[in-house]
Amino acid sequence: MDANAVQSADSPFGLRFQGAESNAGATLVRRARWADRAIAVILGAAAFLSVFVTGSIVWMLLTETVHFFQHVSVQEFFTSKEWTPLFANPRFGIAPLVVATGLTTLIALSVAIPLGTIIAIYLSEYASVRIREILKPTLELLSAVPTVVFGYFALLFVTPVLQKLWPSLGGFNMLSAGLVMGIMIIPYVSSLAEDAMHSVPMLLREGAYALGANKLTTAVRVVIPAALSGIGAAYVLAVSRAIGETMIVAVAAGMQPRMTFDPAEGAATLTAYIVQVCLGDAPHGSIAYRSIFAAGATLFVLNLGFNVIAHYLRRRFREEY
Amino acid sequence: MSTAMLEPTVVANHQQVSGRGDAPRLEMLTPEFPEALTHPAKAEVRHLNFWYGSHQILKNVSLEIRERCVTALIGPSGCGKTTLLRCFNRMHDLYPGNRYDGEILLHPDRVNIVASHTDPIEMRMRIGMVFQKPNPYPKSIFENVAFGLRLRGVTGSELRDRVEWALRSAALWDETKDRLRDNALGLSGGQQQRLCIARALATMPEILLLDEPTSALDPIATARIEELIDELRGQLTIIIVTHNMAQAQRVADFTAFMYLGRLVEAGLTRDIFENAQEELTREYVLGRFG
Repeated sequence: MDANAVQSADSPFGLRFQGAESNAGATLVRRARWADRAIAVILGAAAFLSVFVTGSIVWMLLTETVHFFQHVSVQEFFTSKEWTPLFANPRFGIAPLVVATGLTTLIALSVAIPLGTIIAIYLSEYASVRIREILKPTLELLSAVPTVVFGYFALLFVTPVLQKLWPSLGGFNMLSAGLVMGIMIIPYVSSLAEDAMHSVPMLLREGAYALGANKLTTAVRVVIPAALSGIGAAYVLAVSRAIGETMIVAVAAGMQPRMTFDPAEGAATLTAYIVQVCLGDAPHGSIAYRSIFAAGATLFVLNLGFNVIAHYLRRRFREEY
Repeated sequence: MSTAMLEPTVVANHQQVSGRGDAPRLEMLTPEFPEALTHPAKAEVRHLNFWYGSHQILKNVSLEIRERCVTALIGPSGCGKTTLLRCFNRMHDLYPGNRYDGEILLHPDRVNIVASHTDPIEMRMRIGMVFQKPNPYPKSIFENVAFGLRLRGVTGSELRDRVEWALRSAALWDETKDRLRDNALGLSGGQQQRLCIARALATMPEILLLDEPTSALDPIATARIEELIDELRGQLTIIIVTHNMAQAQRVADFTAFMYLGRLVEAGLTRDIFENAQEELTREYVLGRFG
């Protein structure tokens, strides 16, 4: 221990940096610098780990998909209208799964986008501060409900109710799966769209009101166009959620791959098929096992495609204010 | 000969706030009688009080606004000048906790703008406003000017004509006629502010409210807006809030000085700046506080 350290031990405030050139001071400075570097490494490692994991998943998806296509022709995959990998005489046309995914997604969006947008307009433009502070978190609670509960809600409540109106409706059907999925997605749309509309500056609204506009005109003609990129982002998230949603469709729309455009019928979506195979006992390395990676890769490409389109649209229509 | 021009016209110079009927008589007394004093009142603020919640911002304000003249509201920050301006188009109604008491009579029909039974939207249809920061909508230049007209049901060729007229009136037509479909946010700050003036002018308002319209602009853009105000004088009743006393002197026929929510003094601009009756006004226009 040198003199400097002794002195600082006496000081009630531990003013040890006063002798920066001395050994003790220099050590502390060095230690602080090292701590900074170590923290940077740890934080960076966390960031790179997640990128690495994502990369590995994509890699595994791709290699297994390549193996799959060594057994199944690409033409078969895209043109066949049957998906029966577990049959003795298997067919590998992805179309039925994609159609079912597309149909349930469309039904879900036709519920979630109009309702979510209307709720966002109400919360942002009409509701008093107090109502918004109650209603918004309550709506967000809806996304805390486990999706499997939504699935059983669709199967055991919505389907029987719809069957009273429409007796030919199947026990498993895409209509109720899609409708309930839409309800599940509403808070994603309303919350993000409301955030986007809320962040439109008051000055822009005042400009519209000052010209004699009422609330509706201000909301529709000024606030929504100004918040368009944020609202678009909300819609894209809704699409991604709907495409990737698994439990609701697996429970309520059934697991039977079927090429149909009729929402009254049940049909397996891409996700539902993956669940079905994972629950079963397809042997590792078999063609049935690999088919789920092909389905997964299709799902991945669909979602990626939407995100790319959304990114482009966001840049194209970005509104500044 | 310059002394004759600068000589204060002692009798006529102090226009009493309530002295509506005095103008013609005063005209006889001075050879340099300002033409502005012959204009009738367009709006009369009478004993106006305004509160946000329990906080009283305007205290018993009375002021006459003359038709087709420019009236400047000056005073230090927080004196209530913007609050007073925003009473004219009931902008405060957009926020909770507002309370008006008193009258702002709008001539010729003498409707009380701040009465609770008066429809704020109807008042905003008659009174235009330009804000401190340019606030064009993220739409094309044409649609920005057309916005207020569409609200009033104007369509087709009349819409196009009036957009052109408004852009010409705001001295913006030559710069924008070839790019009416471009986004208004691509314009410079000064152009954006003139666009906002065009947007307000397009609806042919009875009164145009300008809330520090040049505070966000550079000196050249400011000069252009001031030129524009000068061109609109005589055609339109303008009320302008400004921090800039030189600006008030350049553009305003009348000036009203406010302090702590009260109207201290109002009169011809030249009198307020050169021959104010109140000590407080003199101190303020000399830059001793504010």
